[in-house]
Amino acid sequence: MSANHDGANLLEVRGLTKIFGTLTACDHVDLNIAKGEIHALLGENGAGKSTLVKMLFGSLEPNSGEIFWNGQAVRIANPGFAKKLGIGMVFQHFSLFEALTAAENIALSLDDGSPISTIAAKARALSYSYGLPLDPESLVGDLSVGERQRIEIIRCLLQTPQLIILDEPTSVLTPQEADKLFETLERLRSEGKSILYISHRLEEVKRICDRATVLRHGKVVGHCNPREETAASLARMMVGNEVKAVVRAPADGIETAQPLLEIRALSRKPATPFSIPLKNINLTVRAGEVIGIAGVAGNGQGEFFETVSGEVLQQDAASVRIRGKDAGGLGITGRRLMGAAFVPEERLGHGAAPRMKLSENLLLSRHATDGKVFVGTGGMVKSEAIYGAAQRIIKAMDVRKSAPDPEAAALSGGNLQKFIVGRELDRRPGVMVVNQPTWGVDAGAAAHIRQALIELARSGSAVLVISQDLDELFEISDSIAVMHNGELSRPLPIAEATFEKIGLLMGGAEPGHAEHILETA
Amino acid sequence: MMRLELVKRPQRSALFSALSPFIAFLLTIIAGAIMFALLGVNPLNAFRIYFIEPISQVWQLHELAIKAAPLILIAVGLSVCYKANIWNIGAEGQFILGGIVGSMIPVLFPRFEGPLVLPLMLLLGMVGGAAYAAIPALLKTRFGTNEILTSLMLVYVAQLFLDWLVRGPWRDPQGHGFPQTVQFNDSAILPELMPDSGRANWGFVFALVAAGLIWILMSRMLKGFEVRVLGSSPRAGRFAGFGLNRMVFFAFLLSGALAGLAGISEVSGAIGQLQPVISPGYGFTAIIVAFLGRLNPLGIVAAGLVLALTYLGGEAVQSALGISDKVARVFQGMLLFFVLGCDTLIHYRIRLIGLAAPKLEAAPKLEEAR
Repeated sequence: MSANHDGANLLEVRGLTKIFGTLTACDHVDLNIAKGEIHALLGENGAGKSTLVKMLFGSLEPNSGEIFWNGQAVRIANPGFAKKLGIGMVFQHFSLFEALTAAENIALSLDDGSPISTIAAKARALSYSYGLPLDPESLVGDLSVGERQRIEIIRCLLQTPQLIILDEPTSVLTPQEADKLFETLERLRSEGKSILYISHRLEEVKRICDRATVLRHGKVVGHCNPREETAASLARMMVGNEVKAVVRAPADGIETAQPLLEIRALSRKPATPFSIPLKNINLTVRAGEVIGIAGVAGNGQGEFFETVSGEVLQQDAASVRIRGKDAGGLGITGRRLMGAAFVPEERLGHGAAPRMKLSENLLLSRHATDGKVFVGTGGMVKSEAIYGAAQRIIKAMDVRKSAPDPEAAALSGGNLQKFIVGRELDRRPGVMVVNQPTWGVDAGAAAHIRQALIELARSGSAVLVISQDLDELFEISDSIAVMHNGELSRPLPIAEATFEKIGLLMGGAEPGHAEHILETA
Repeated sequence: MMRLELVKRPQRSALFSALSPFIAFLLTIIAGAIMFALLGVNPLNAFRIYFIEPISQVWQLHELAIKAAPLILIAVGLSVCYKANIWNIGAEGQFILGGIVGSMIPVLFPRFEGPLVLPLMLLLGMVGGAAYAAIPALLKTRFGTNEILTSLMLVYVAQLFLDWLVRGPWRDPQGHGFPQTVQFNDSAILPELMPDSGRANWGFVFALVAAGLIWILMSRMLKGFEVRVLGSSPRAGRFAGFGLNRMVFFAFLLSGALAGLAGISEVSGAIGQLQPVISPGYGFTAIIVAFLGRLNPLGIVAAGLVLALTYLGGEAVQSALGISDKVARVFQGMLLFFVLGCDTLIHYRIRLIGLAAPKLEAAPKLEEAR
């Protein structure tokens, strides 16, 4: 890709470098974005995508390197200047006030003093013309995640940018919502606007992107045309080596296997104004199977996990049953003692105490279940036994670390997740409940974790996986249920499940589906 | 125009974390020298009187132990609270209640003598301190009140209650109207350790034993692990199955009991009766001791001795140089200030930001950076 200053390139980046302490987050990165193209920025977590984008948007200042905008060298000192140039950005994590309307949120960021009614009218017109219908008068707190993303996109478009940066935009969308978004992006491209599209979802990159730049460990490892690549070849570029495919042996005779985890008519009132009530959830997970729970983030998955794990107790003891016994009235320790194990979504601060060593974090979830091994008479902790067990888990899960027993916070996200999952697997639990098993985890580690979960199930345990990553659920689940607005659909056997069916359920296509209660019991 | 901003350091220096109390002590000495100079006293001379003379003879070491004992006892209890991120500021009140409840036996039953008296008094002292500490714990767990406020306010309640007791119902009828109780009988007096060389009593041994036990609790036992997890990441603690409310009671009852033990030891040891005031602020000074000792029981023993010296030094400069013994409070305050300052700078660095620097425009912050 030769550098050309003939004006065809909207943005050119030469040798952009950003150093944090001893880490070179971006190392002499080159990037060209032509007018009217959708350009993919690919890379694993920690490859430097976010750092690069923040430098383009003026949130971070590069240590060295040059940025050319329409052939002119520019220094993007702050986001305000980036917007002036014509760079707009839609962040993965929205910055919206839930108590304000969509139009008010847009007005806050425009900062040009025009009356709200004008902004609302403009926003409405723009949203319909791009096929992203939006009611500017609606309160953000009442909107779905997909609708909130529309506000962010409209807000960005109102500033008539030449280059739009989208950071993992489909991670919060149903497949149908994502299709809508792609139509909008293609429309923007046809108008000559450029889009920098950050994603790790290779199929959608192949589908909509014209060119791709692949980052690995802060360096550009290649430019390519994603349409000429396969998902496997793109993954190889991102990861640097072959990712082992997850193998899922067929689960035979599950229908007659013993139910190990049963959820019966589980309901929960919202704990805070912005949390989701759970409505009459029923689910049975049998020995030997993996059941996946799909759903757009914020539809009650976190609340559901808390009630199943016992961090929140239930009134009705029979609403959660573990290995055939009522567990609803027991706390998390009691449920662990019945043979269940749990992996929460947040690693630091929930699944692990950040400032504690790995061996101490092992004790965190296993002080009761392995009481005899790890805790001696009089409540004395047996440090050596715990250290030994921690090293065993580190070895089994291939946890990479810089010291023999480092603090949890010193590990990368993927390695810490391997440890946290391994900590529970090491117990050979009869019931395993995992929320977002591979969120923010690199491809190699994710494959390792998924394979381990399947193997646990095939060895006779019941595994329940809550995930926003549909690819993951299709890879490991024997059936998939969908959580929407605090309700859970009937699980679809994997043979019947398609992206389309699950996507419709994620959008709420099965209203009032409470009737299927216990038809399998 | 300049603005100061604290920026979190990516890494803490282990070396400076360990050195922090010593740097703080050095800075206190420097600031103290300036203070003495401003008071018109030769700083070197003042320091000799303040820090060296009070511990130059054996009997004075005994006095040091007497002052250090309550500080260490209270501070090791508080260290458990603070590690659990529970803020018991009311040890002074728990100290006083321990003194009052423990004194019930010699005051109300002055004829009761024998080897049982002292153990019973010590036990009652611990119960009294723990019961008084249970009030803020109950208020926090039941109503979500801020334990800093409730425990602090209960200090004044305790002080006034003691004042009323010794002027009213518990006043010694043969005391010529002085506001104090009867002198405790011999079996209610905490024995001295080595009567030949000085006054130090068993309170100091209690302090050392308590420090050792708390050290084992915190570093070797599951309960100590629970304290540390709940204090540093409460959500992970809940995931571990540890109850926060139970921890609030545990920490308050433990620290209250130790403060109560300190209180009854002080009353039955150094004083020998109840008076309107039985503490020169031990309960508050112990907060400084706890932090100066890095919330580590062994560090607290050392810090307790240092702070005890500030009390003795204050008395010494008052008698030798005619400076108010409030100087002791000043030293204690400076020490806490510098310790907290050093700790802050270990975790954060200061950045100067020039407001005059040209900003292209005040951009609305869109990003909620990852």
